[in-house]
Amino acid sequence: MFFADRADHGPLQDGLAPEARIIAAIGFVGVVAFTPPRWAAAFAVYTLVVVGAVGALGVSPTAILRRLTVLGPFLVLALLLPVIGTGDRMSVLGVALSVDGLWSGWGIAAKGTIGTVISAALAGTTPTARILLGLQRLRVPALMITIAALMIRYVGLIGDDMARMRTAMIMRGHDPRWIWQLRPLARSAGASFVRSFERGERVHAAMLARGFTGSMPELGDRRAGWRDWFLASIGPMLAAAGLAIGWYVEAWS
Amino acid sequence: MTPDSLRVEGLHYAYPNGPAVLDGLNLVVEAGERVALLGPNGSGKTTLLHQVTGILEAEAGTVDVGGLRLDDATCGEIRARVGVVFQDADDQLFMPTVRHDVAFGPANLGLTGTALEETVLAALAAVNATALADRSPHHLSVGEKRRVALATVLAMDPSVLLLDEPSAGLDPKGRRELIELLSSIDQTQMIVTHDLLLALELCGRALLLSGGRVVADRPPLDLLTDVELLAQHRLELPLPLDRPTLVTLLERVQQKGPRSMG
Amino acid sequence: MVSAGLAASAVTIAMRRLRHTATERLAPIAGVTGAFVFAAQMINFPIAAGTSGHLIGGALAAILLGRSLGLIVATVVVVSQALVFADGGLTAIGINVINLAVVPTLGGYTVFSLVRRVLPASKSGVVAATGLASGASVVLGAMAFSLEWLFGATAPVPFDTVFGAMVGVHLLIGVGEGIVSALVVSSVLAARPDLVAGARDLSRSQLRGPVRVPLRALVMSGVLIAVTLAGVASQFASSAPDGLERVVVDEGLAPTAAASASSLGSGLFAGYATRGVDNAGLSLAVAGVSGVVLIMLVGWGLLSATLGGRAAPSRRVLR
Repeated sequence: MFFADRADHGPLQDGLAPEARIIAAIGFVGVVAFTPPRWAAAFAVYTLVVVGAVGALGVSPTAILRRLTVLGPFLVLALLLPVIGTGDRMSVLGVALSVDGLWSGWGIAAKGTIGTVISAALAGTTPTARILLGLQRLRVPALMITIAALMIRYVGLIGDDMARMRTAMIMRGHDPRWIWQLRPLARSAGASFVRSFERGERVHAAMLARGFTGSMPELGDRRAGWRDWFLASIGPMLAAAGLAIGWYVEAWS
Repeated sequence: MTPDSLRVEGLHYAYPNGPAVLDGLNLVVEAGERVALLGPNGSGKTTLLHQVTGILEAEAGTVDVGGLRLDDATCGEIRARVGVVFQDADDQLFMPTVRHDVAFGPANLGLTGTALEETVLAALAAVNATALADRSPHHLSVGEKRRVALATVLAMDPSVLLLDEPSAGLDPKGRRELIELLSSIDQTQMIVTHDLLLALELCGRALLLSGGRVVADRPPLDLLTDVELLAQHRLELPLPLDRPTLVTLLERVQQKGPRSMG
Repeated sequence: MVSAGLAASAVTIAMRRLRHTATERLAPIAGVTGAFVFAAQMINFPIAAGTSGHLIGGALAAILLGRSLGLIVATVVVVSQALVFADGGLTAIGINVINLAVVPTLGGYTVFSLVRRVLPASKSGVVAATGLASGASVVLGAMAFSLEWLFGATAPVPFDTVFGAMVGVHLLIGVGEGIVSALVVSSVLAARPDLVAGARDLSRSQLRGPVRVPLRALVMSGVLIAVTLAGVASQFASSAPDGLERVVVDEGLAPTAAASASSLGSGLFAGYATRGVDNAGLSLAVAGVSGVVLIMLVGWGLLSATLGGRAAPSRRVLR
């Protein structure tokens, strides 16, 4: 696997071409997103699948937990819904909460968590270059792939640039805390943009000098075959099964 | 004219709404030569590099690489023959890993599979960067980035190498490694530099660029001991070294022989 | 995933518009601009007393790069955040692209063009238009979220409450975004006016001179415009669900007992907001927000602003 990365390890990762992984992740999450929150049995199945996948792929739990912090605002919303929702109310620990609100809040929390965990699993087992390769093979326009590749490469540099300017500012006594102190920070962001743009022009020259004609060369290994697509379909099919179970339990209970 | 040479005649170029940066520039570099291009900031050195690779279009004048005239049709072929190592390696390392960056050029030329892999490995070995293959360019040191940038260019098997300030920002050991690396590769080289002692050590000819044209073309030892000429163009040696001193120092460096690059 | 389909169509249209431009020239510049927007989103811009907010950058991308390329860059930022950095789950990726890329870029650019027509053709005009457009883009994103809520969510929260809350909160965030975007464009105009697509029509003489934009007037007029827009939109949308429900029933899209396929659909449309919507409309959306909801607005606003950003560094500067 010449273009594989250090992050690739284990039989599952080596075996599954990136485009198949992406489809598996999106397919699974798609089914989850469509599930009505009241079909709790479905979510039980989803959780089992997710935990199983994470375990089999060897993704580190800490990496996933770190990514879950991005859910913060959604969880706030999920918690507020039972409070401000309308409709019938039931008493939970002495507080009257909206039943519909509880179900909706649960739905948002559960779906959001599952989506984030899957996303973390994908990002944790597939190096960036391979994700982009997978997207390229899935016919995402070449322009967007190139933009994404360059964006990911240079975001670190530009972030450093901005951080340096901010440090310089603080060292000269300006530590903004209020919105009206924004001016120097925003001006330095503008200067950073001009520099980034000029870097973009130089990178363009460098890419041309190495023969670039508009689309990134296919620097990958094996393309997805029947085996990859079969393995990739397992996730979404399990999700569909979960959905069916959920409907069954809901309809007959 | 053998294939490994560069010929520029009467090149004229001005940036939009600006004065002429290149004003009737002529130069010739023969196969296998190492030539230093010296000159103050703003003398047009980087512009010349962009002209030779067809990134900027000249208003007048011609560029020939290995006998092939540069124009819209031959642009791609010329870019395959001329390898440029930029001043800021970050502008040149734009892929997620070193491996991908070195492969970018040859892949665009049509190499695939084992041939591509072998080319990449050979280029990395030539600059002693095989261990860096899986690293992200963002996390390399200046010297490592320079080496990898050179590898990305070598992978395209160019006949002419153009280097823009290759020793800028390197620590002393890194600079020494660079000099040894450049002396070990066969390609014709044109080195744009402020590092006059590097020019002295590496190059057989030194061209002085000023006001958009070449105003002197002599062996480095002659050029660098012409204090008046240097001073006219904002150049001077780091220390007031006279000719006999320079000769002695050069002999000492060459006697020491190539050190290991590890 | 209707939203994903909408998002994809918007991107496809943008790609088609760019077809006749030299895309190989655009990619590195767009990529680096995307990196800039991405990096800028990670910076904390102070709002008040140490809490901070984040730039969305959609309108800014459109004003700097042009409408189509800006949309593509913003989409790439959002999608790569979800897929590569897991900064945002996959569940809502379609909606996120619409709210954080499509709406701010296109909506912001529209406001920009409209305002520029009214203001004098000068650097100051461009900067002021940028400020208003960027602020508006945030509010438009919030309105989009509310509308999506209306049509797709299974939560029984009155539309007007959601609308009022979202718009109210995002007004404050919008002010920050507007100011930052205006200042960024101002710096870019000073150094390289050719890099601002939205100012390409300005001639050399129009580009001369300093930028004079009265900050307070700008913010006040921006807030007023946003509140008016929100009020009008809310009045219009709050009467729509009755119409939508009628359409759903008439067209037979409502579930029947026999069709199990559409029972899935009923999970989506059932209870979407008909229970909670009342027609108090304008007063509720603009001013008549009840005391409890008002407190929640402020609380929510501070909470999401804090949760959305890391705390500003607490090191003291030596004096």
